[in-house]
Amino acid sequence: MMKLLWSYSVRNVWVRSSTNVLTVAGLALVSLVLLAVLMLGNGLNRALIESGSTDNILLLRKGATTEIASGIYRDQAHIIKTLAGIAQTSAGEPLAIPELVVLISLKKAGAESPANVVVRGTHPNTFAMRPQATLTQGHLWQRGTTEIVIGAQIAKRFLPGGFGAHLRIGKREWQVVGVFDAQGTAFDSEIWGDVDQLMAAYGRDSYSSLTVHLAHPTAFQQLDEAIGTDTRLLLQVKRERDYYREKSITMATFIRLLGLTFTGIFAFGAILGGTMTMYGAVASRTREIGMLRALGFSSAAILASFLCESLLIGALSGLLAIGGGTALQFVTLSTMNFSTFSELAFRLTLTPVSILITLAFALGISLLGGIPPALRAARLPVTSALRAPGQ
Amino acid sequence: MNQPAIEFRRVTKSYFRGNQEVPILRDFNLSIPAGRFLAVMGPSGSGKTTILNLVAGLDRPTSGTIHAAGVTVSQQRESELARWRARHIGFVFQFYNLIPVLTAAENVELPLLLSTLAKRERTTHVQAALGLVGLSDRLHHYPRQLSGGQEQRVGIARAIVSDPTILLADEPTGNLDRSAAEAVMALLTRLHLELKKTILMVTHDPRAADYAQEILHFDKGTVS
Ligand SMILES: Nc1ncnc2c1ncn2[C@@H]1O[C@H](COP(=O)(O)OP(=O)(O)O)[C@@H](O)[C@H]1O
Ligand SMILES: [Mg+2]
Repeated sequence: MMKLLWSYSVRNVWVRSSTNVLTVAGLALVSLVLLAVLMLGNGLNRALIESGSTDNILLLRKGATTEIASGIYRDQAHIIKTLAGIAQTSAGEPLAIPELVVLISLKKAGAESPANVVVRGTHPNTFAMRPQATLTQGHLWQRGTTEIVIGAQIAKRFLPGGFGAHLRIGKREWQVVGVFDAQGTAFDSEIWGDVDQLMAAYGRDSYSSLTVHLAHPTAFQQLDEAIGTDTRLLLQVKRERDYYREKSITMATFIRLLGLTFTGIFAFGAILGGTMTMYGAVASRTREIGMLRALGFSSAAILASFLCESLLIGALSGLLAIGGGTALQFVTLSTMNFSTFSELAFRLTLTPVSILITLAFALGISLLGGIPPALRAARLPVTSALRAPGQ
Repeated sequence: MNQPAIEFRRVTKSYFRGNQEVPILRDFNLSIPAGRFLAVMGPSGSGKTTILNLVAGLDRPTSGTIHAAGVTVSQQRESELARWRARHIGFVFQFYNLIPVLTAAENVELPLLLSTLAKRERTTHVQAALGLVGLSDRLHHYPRQLSGGQEQRVGIARAIVSDPTILLADEPTGNLDRSAAEAVMALLTRLHLELKKTILMVTHDPRAADYAQEILHFDKGTVS
């Protein structure tokens, strides 16, 4: 029984394919807009939130909300390195790395106007602390030289020929000696080099921030207390992940709001489109419906079969949108990172949750659009349905 | 078992156009014994289809009672009527009303979906019904691949597949050319003679009516 009713629905959708193609295309497009918004959010989240590790804590000057605006003195950094609860490298060095973050203006390949790029003066041990980042080409900078390594997005978007290129940063010339990949996080849009050289290039005598890798997850409390009670420090302690999450909230909210507003408007159109299509189907099959009722089929069965057709259209649209989303994964976008005013590149990211949401959305829209026509079909008086003009 | 298969007792049926009452049947009485093949003739718009709809319980009389296949149709509830119809009534329509997206066999199978038969039994019944109407070689054809006469024979197969006691035929030859009409009427006659079906056929085609055992002329809501 189910099988015949199922092929009845499938073939009806198929037979009216010229009309349904438009409906499916419309709904697929709307679903794709939603999916793209979700993928945008995922990509941004990935770029920002995933930049921070839960095992790292970020120290900033009290009152500073960004690394750029923060400052940490050399003697403060020395005190921090002596605290307990900090992980150590195999060589016995504490994984507490003071960093200087500056912005430079860099011309984008193939674009007229330059964009801001984050340059992070740091220590080679930073790779031990940030497992997302791995060197993929060249070598690390030699300490005490003006060698730099660049993130994958910088390599792609700013310095396509970049290996061995020379850059002016601050008062010095720097040479690109390596490229690192940071798995789509914000670090991909950064340039890393020796912190002392960068401070000298800018004539600075203080760091921007200090990142500590915890010896074990519970060391956070201990360090937070030790830093909080030391009157020489006056620093704020944050989990690195929380820092990046806060940065992402405003941007993600903005993009979601914009995207969902669009999706909402389009969804309304898609519902109407689906409704019109199915009203058309009911109208052209009125006598058929009367016949089925005359055979003894209940109005519930009629309702179910029309809803099934709507859902079929929805499922098709959803699958198409997901196919489109798969292709969109290869798109990289860039946006202004509002916390650093630097350019942040991120990839549209497809996740199982966004796939499910898109499918549910397409099915939901088609169901909403399909309910009024299905109800009409179910409520048709049998005798007048049988008298309806032929198909 | 001397109860008539179909009985109308003092049935009145009116439609309302706006506030105006349009009477279709007035004090209409009709008694059809089981196994009878009766043709009701009348001009277009005289109420022939209305009579069939009343027998099948698709429509309700304004007053009076209608018995068919052992129940008082005019007093049954909607849901019970649907089930009763599936068991006891076979419909043959003027425009065949086959579902274009289903094959001949699938169209004929439709009424059986309302029964408890398993798939294999349903297939057997469908093949038997299509065999009876001479379309064993057209099982997997779609309606558009069939001629009008063949379509109507599929329609008849669908009407008899669940072995109902009563066949209601509404202008079954109305859309057919002469030879196809004759084939359809010969088939209905066989169903009456061999399977002992009670057949109530309405038509305005005198040639078709001639196949029936009895012809009733009907006009302006009364039998003449
Ligand atoms: N649902 C309805 N509402 C109003 N008038 C109807 C309705 N159904 C049928 N009629 C009218 O009842 C009359 C008889 O219709 P019908 O039984 O179809 O006649 P026939 O089958 O003999 O052509 C016609 O005049 C038709 O217009
Ligand atoms: Mg009629």
